[in-house]
Amino acid sequence: MSQFFWVPEVPQAAPVAVFKLTQDFNNDQFPNKVNLGVGAYRTDEGQPWVLPVVKKVEKIIVHDDRLNHEYLPILGLPEFRSSASKIVLGDNSPAILENRVGAVQCLGGTGALKIGAEFLRRFYNGSNNTKTPIYVSAPTWENHNAVFSSAGFEDVRPYRYWDAEKRGLDLAGFLGDLESCPEHSVFVLHACAHNPTGTDPTQEQWKQIAEVMMRRKLFAFFDSAYQGFASGSLEKDAWVVRYFVSSGFEMFCAQSFSKNFGLYNERVGNLTVVARDADNLKRVLSQMEKVVRITWSNPPSQGARIVTITLTSPELFSEWQENVKTMANRVLLMRSQLKAKLQALGTPGTWDHITDQIGMFSFTGLNPKQVEYLVKEKHIYLMASGRINMCGLTTKNIDYVAESIHEAVTKVQ
Amino acid sequence: MALLKSSKMIYCLGNISPSLGVLSTRNSSWWGGVQMGPPDPILGVTEAFKKDTNPKKMNLGVGAYRDDQGKPFVLSCVRKAEAIIAAKQLDKEYLPIGGLAEFSKACAQLALGPENEVLKSSRSVTVQTISGTGSLRIGANFLARFHAGPHDVYLPKPSWGNHTPIFRDAGMQLKAYRYYEPSTCGFDFKGALDDISKIPEQSIILLHACAHNPTGVDPRPEQWKEIADIVKKRNLLVFFDMAYQGFASGDIDRDAWAVRHFIENGHNIVLSQSFAKNMGLYGERVGGFTVVCKDAEEAKRVESQLKILIRPIYSNPPVNGARIAATILNTPELRSLWLEEVHGMANRIIKMREQLVAGLKKNGSSHNWQHVIDQIGMFCFTGLKPEQVERLTKEFSVYMTKDGRISMADDSNEQI
Repeated sequence: MSQFFWVPEVPQAAPVAVFKLTQDFNNDQFPNKVNLGVGAYRTDEGQPWVLPVVKKVEKIIVHDDRLNHEYLPILGLPEFRSSASKIVLGDNSPAILENRVGAVQCLGGTGALKIGAEFLRRFYNGSNNTKTPIYVSAPTWENHNAVFSSAGFEDVRPYRYWDAEKRGLDLAGFLGDLESCPEHSVFVLHACAHNPTGTDPTQEQWKQIAEVMMRRKLFAFFDSAYQGFASGSLEKDAWVVRYFVSSGFEMFCAQSFSKNFGLYNERVGNLTVVARDADNLKRVLSQMEKVVRITWSNPPSQGARIVTITLTSPELFSEWQENVKTMANRVLLMRSQLKAKLQALGTPGTWDHITDQIGMFSFTGLNPKQVEYLVKEKHIYLMASGRINMCGLTTKNIDYVAESIHEAVTKVQ
Repeated sequence: MALLKSSKMIYCLGNISPSLGVLSTRNSSWWGGVQMGPPDPILGVTEAFKKDTNPKKMNLGVGAYRDDQGKPFVLSCVRKAEAIIAAKQLDKEYLPIGGLAEFSKACAQLALGPENEVLKSSRSVTVQTISGTGSLRIGANFLARFHAGPHDVYLPKPSWGNHTPIFRDAGMQLKAYRYYEPSTCGFDFKGALDDISKIPEQSIILLHACAHNPTGVDPRPEQWKEIADIVKKRNLLVFFDMAYQGFASGDIDRDAWAVRHFIENGHNIVLSQSFAKNMGLYGERVGGFTVVCKDAEEAKRVESQLKILIRPIYSNPPVNGARIAATILNTPELRSLWLEEVHGMANRIIKMREQLVAGLKKNGSSHNWQHVIDQIGMFCFTGLKPEQVERLTKEFSVYMTKDGRISMADDSNEQI
């Protein structure tokens, strides 16, 4: 057997927390266990849900003999890119009409963030300026840090966002960081349904944020993983992205269709690029193409086809909107029921944040000890941060969860 | 609209008059200094071909198989697998970071042979990747982070055009060993051995498992044996790129012979596999990356690190193609059908090669075109120079890559 060339010992890496949680849940034999961990939609029966419109479109694809498995262009399916960008910016976005919007089809929201990050590292704020600060919200989706640092950025920092005490947005802290950060810093902004807190700035607050960002020449990189899923309305959930565009920002928006189309494992994402003009856009896309070529060459076709066929057919598009509303409404229902039950139980503390927060997740405010109690004693699995996935709640388990939270809060401090 | 027009005007004024510098800064772009990237040397050929209006145009650029009518070919086993999968009404939940388990397992078995000791002792890890490119990328990133030896990757001269930028972007240095002999259009065996014998210990050597891209020139088994010996003497880490298993000779075991020999010979290799060509799953992005380790425990540690590398790139891989490939490989009658179809594709290419040579002779060419028949796999290294290639493209709308590589898979009977 030949020598090994790895550094003395390739160390065992820690598992990604959210997947470890699901693994532990799967291994648990307790009959009334509840998984409030990983971010995927579940029906009231606790089952994954393939959107009816998706099933319909998949049948169309399977029966279309003209379709084959040829390579897509490096930047992806052209009709996918343009229809996906329209979804977030609006059909009549002035930027689209001015031919200064382009896009790259990517592998999910992660892939879109990755390509954007790699491009920024090479071309933003100088050339290969790895010292440009990248600001991500405190807290944020756990993979944001890794995406930007693996793209070569040396300085990924938090901006104040969540006020644990008042269980809401720390606007003063956020604005303070915007005012004091180095010029040209990049800010990763959650377009809606902030992950993990579920707490979004109001439109007025976003306007204040935008004003500072414009004045201080900060780069806006939106992460839009829940459009439609948050409020049930595509337009409402895209408001801030469109506001920034109309304010004149050049920006990126990483879009994911994992949740709002339920296409998690097909890896459907889109990096929308809004540039100053068509010429700048062209050059940017040509360089993004180079990045894609050395990362995955060209993107997978199945998911993009499903989304494109849906978005470009008025009937299917309406059906999709209905499916999205179904998901959003179930989440809203679970929110209001959980709050009602906690209030009825007289659980100490205020629980308004459960219904104030938006989207798939809720930052319950439970502390690590209370979380541990829930996991170990009650077999209710949630993240150590206290984040719960509302989709994990059903009419059948909500009483058990509410009572358990009540126990955790009263017994464990 | 009026506001828009006036801001545009200010931008123009800003460009003319330095005193309006502040305004022009606000209206100028972050990307002013970004240069136009050149078109991709390989995929760019297809883009140019698409734009050409000549009705007689031919695309001999990209390595994608075409049937006798010049149309993309979807394998029957693929269509059948798709029907089976559709009937199952599966959900769309995220795959694990390392991909679909039944795919990764079948992928490794295909390359190594199901009875391979490596698989029986679980001392390898295979992760599903975004086809061959994604596999090479993960491999390059893994080596960049964990390889204790020199970060020099030795490629054959020439190699697939995308190898260099992938490894370079991962932070590795690129070097080369002699491989192709232009005067014979064949394998420079002596030159290869000579160069390999001088590679500093613990460097990385990349080998094309079969159907070398772009030359189509492969070592014979006896030559592979000598290469394996010298690579062992030099203590090199072997990185196999196998993008054409089954496609080269028509026989999957024969095409994997070099990979299996090296493992038997004691090399703990790393291996990239692609199912783009041999299953025609190009756009579904199906591939695998395998690391052969010293034992199962090391394999587990390596697997955990591969996941750390994958997560910040795309989180987890796409399911569709992997499901199709797994269904084919794991369903006996589909697997047989696939082996037949792959054999058929390989045979058609061999026939095209023979026809091309016959056609060239018939057209009065006195040049020796034997290499077209001797070369193996999808590509043929014509020996044409860049100026000749340019002329073919400009005057005759025949598209190929600048290095004179043509895709034999892209020829139809008429075009020959």
